[in-house]
Amino acid sequence: MSRSDPESVQLARDPADGRTTAGSGAHVAPPPAGRRVRKGIGWPARLEIALMTGPTLLVFLSFVIFPVAMAAYYGFFSWQGYGPPTEFVGLRNYVLIFQDGTFLDALQHNAAIVALSLVIQGPAAVLLALLLNRKMRGQALIRVLIFVPYVISEVVVGTGWSLMLQGEGAVNSLLTHFGLGWLRNDWLSDPGLAIWTLFGILTWKYIGFAVILFLAGLQGIPDELTEAAAIDGASYWQIQRRITLPLLGPTIRIWAFLSMIGALQLFDLVYIIWGQYIASTAGTSTMATYMVANGRIAGEYGYGNAVAVVLFLVSLAAALVYQRFVLRRDTEGAITGGRS
Amino acid sequence: MAATAIATRRAGRRLAWGSPSVYFIALLLIGVMLAPVIYIILGGFRTNSQITTDPAGLPSPWKFENYLDVLSGDVFWREVLNSTITALCTTAGVVALGLMTSFILARYRFRGRGVMYSLFAAGLMFPLTVAITPLYILVKTIGLMNVLPGVILPQIAFGLPTTIIILVPFVRAIPDEIQEAASIDGCSRLGFFWRMVLPLSLPGVITVAILTFIASWNSYLLPLFILNSESAFTLPLGVQAFASQYSVDTAKVLAFTSLSMIPALLFFSLFQRRIVGGLTGAVKG
Repeated sequence: MSRSDPESVQLARDPADGRTTAGSGAHVAPPPAGRRVRKGIGWPARLEIALMTGPTLLVFLSFVIFPVAMAAYYGFFSWQGYGPPTEFVGLRNYVLIFQDGTFLDALQHNAAIVALSLVIQGPAAVLLALLLNRKMRGQALIRVLIFVPYVISEVVVGTGWSLMLQGEGAVNSLLTHFGLGWLRNDWLSDPGLAIWTLFGILTWKYIGFAVILFLAGLQGIPDELTEAAAIDGASYWQIQRRITLPLLGPTIRIWAFLSMIGALQLFDLVYIIWGQYIASTAGTSTMATYMVANGRIAGEYGYGNAVAVVLFLVSLAAALVYQRFVLRRDTEGAITGGRS
Repeated sequence: MAATAIATRRAGRRLAWGSPSVYFIALLLIGVMLAPVIYIILGGFRTNSQITTDPAGLPSPWKFENYLDVLSGDVFWREVLNSTITALCTTAGVVALGLMTSFILARYRFRGRGVMYSLFAAGLMFPLTVAITPLYILVKTIGLMNVLPGVILPQIAFGLPTTIIILVPFVRAIPDEIQEAASIDGCSRLGFFWRMVLPLSLPGVITVAILTFIASWNSYLLPLFILNSESAFTLPLGVQAFASQYSVDTAKVLAFTSLSMIPALLFFSLFQRRIVGGLTGAVKG
């Protein structure tokens, strides 16, 4: 892992944060250009860069990039996993994927979860964060408690919820107790309902993370702004709408990005609750469960890897579009090439 | 951290009770968030016939056999040990590699920096799911099947993108004046890393460490592929194996399930303050 490319190695502040520190008053200013003259630090700095990023790159390239590249390679083969792949089939796997109604259904379910997260879960989390950001007693405790579901493993969540949502499970039983028997439902296997159940469980599990993230963002907003607005006679909701929400914008946009990618790659909960076969009939299958069911379990490793590539390309396309149109002003150059 | 503590204390002084509706919504929220967890825990104290007759009832009488059975067997403890080793090694690896790389990316300028950052950022797009089959073959080839390093190494690799994305802003936020002062005092750049970057980005590091630990503790897909022998099972695999082995014994499954979530909950509640503090950002310039 030698990184020999850096020719103009130098230690400098990042221009992205836009602060110029040159000459704070009396300081006889060596302007930024002054650093550039010190070519002498080049080699030690290069060594430091190589030493400190080498192991990271080694691990990252061999366990992330290499397998992903191999997935792309295997996707062009009809391969059952024994020996090296030999039966090259070109793009046939990809054609088959997009001709398979089951996959298109799964894709739709992913899209539905993305949309529901952005439209329902996001605003709900913002409202809750605003609520919990008000001065109240027990605030710290509340913050911890709403984060609990996030900390629990998918296996536990899946096991627990599927027991509770069974036909004769706790949820239906509770509804009867409270005289809401007409609300009893086949939560897990009714094809029209199951995806809402899934969304409900996902929201339950992940909204705590969103709220904590937003609360952190809210803490970064100086009190002076809202106090000044209050003195000027702005109402609570006016302050939230005109000051808090715009300033929380970057946090919301980052959350939406993470949520979108997570929803596109959803696997664990669906697989644990609905198993590998029922998911598609219940209408909760996702691209990832389709991949495992039609790849590893069906013994078609080539086809499975082609699905993995499609899943990746869909996520990447969504990410790039989002990055291009929404995130651009928040994260300069994360994916768009580091033009800083 | 200190700043957060002071802010909390300041808020504490002018703390009012506020409106009751806020408390009502908060209580409702907590109820919804905790009810399933409580259901799982209480279910472990019931018998199967209690659960069948009244799925949503309270234990009456309380039965401790389920929990005692699980705790006295060595299966549970072996899986706790496996999960702990995996989570600790993963966390240590992710933090060490991630912080070094974030330091370089945040404070050095060299050709290829943008490419490197983009590479890690693009890593956010690669879920384990996409790479799982080739990863399984790779791990098998290098002979790490059924041993914990076969899970730890890929987990470190997949944990790096998030870590670097979170830590780079922390390291970048350390004011240049501190670095200049350090270098005037004769501190080398690596010295600066140990003496200034490490302590100043500690809130970010702790946040990352907690998130990594919990993610590793809960991870399911990778161990499912890599660990096939029961002696190497981590807790999530154990819970599933237990649930299918005792599928008729719901109460015992609930007991096993609730015991398996205690360590993560404990770990989280010990460090929960750091999560909010850490996400807020360390040094504000």
